[in-house]
Amino acid sequence: MKARVTISLKPGVLDPQGRAIGQALGGLGFGGVAAVRQGKIIELDLADGTSEATIDEMCRKLLANTVIETYRIEIT
Amino acid sequence: MKSAVIVFPGSNCDRDLAVAIESVTGEAPAMVWHRDAELPPGLDLIALPGGFSYGDYLRSGAMSARSPVMQAVVAAAGEGRAVLGVCNGFQVLTEAGLLPGVLMRNAGLNFVCRDVALRVENAGTMFTARYDAGATIRIPVAHHDGNYVADAETLDRLEGEGRVVFRYKEPVNGSARDIAGIVNAGGNVLGLMPHPERLVEPAQGGTDGRAMFEALHAALG
Repeated sequence: MKARVTISLKPGVLDPQGRAIGQALGGLGFGGVAAVRQGKIIELDLADGTSEATIDEMCRKLLANTVIETYRIEIT
Repeated sequence: MKSAVIVFPGSNCDRDLAVAIESVTGEAPAMVWHRDAELPPGLDLIALPGGFSYGDYLRSGAMSARSPVMQAVVAAAGEGRAVLGVCNGFQVLTEAGLLPGVLMRNAGLNFVCRDVALRVENAGTMFTARYDAGATIRIPVAHHDGNYVADAETLDRLEGEGRVVFRYKEPVNGSARDIAGIVNAGGNVLGLMPHPERLVEPAQGGTDGRAMFEALHAALG
């Protein structure tokens, strides 16, 4: 089975990289980009039957830092 | 004073830290590889060096914080042993949960590598007792991820409890309230982004970092 974990910065946490990307888009002439937030996607190839609770534990223990990040698990 | 320097794959200030500790205490620290699940017995000080452990994969310090030796470091910190994390070591301490908050990418996105002026906000810790409270010292920084972030409640608690130990005199990396170094509630775990081990001998261009190792030596014997 496969799972995809999407990790995003919490709202309110300053994202300097996202802001730089937004500025670069503006520099390329793309108007109307109000904000950019950068996150990451981690794809997991797992033994069949791995529970969502286990994946959640992986997120809390390593994949995300819940001080600044939120995560979303999708089993694909 | 019995000490150890933890070496992670990608640490690059481990030797500097060991040289600084030996220069002040006369005793060479044990160099402990991150895969060792146990620390040498009877340590007074455990030091986590600067560098780019695990290539900063996932998040700075995230992989190292889960390495076998860190469970022993967390246990030792719980027993009240002194733990010092410099730069990447500070990042590892936050990721391991020994210090609150997190060190994010510098607000200006640039790697910052220069001497910075710091204010000693708390000279009452075992790490800072040889500095004068409110003194300005000059210590080099060299980091890409030194932007200290925590929620307002945590920041207020750190300030209220005197746990902001060093503060940049002017903005360096976007850190909340210009925080450069903090201690845990017990006062035995210090994390800071600047590198005191790089200024312990006049030949290094200054000795403003030496007082930290002298204070630890005086406190820990």
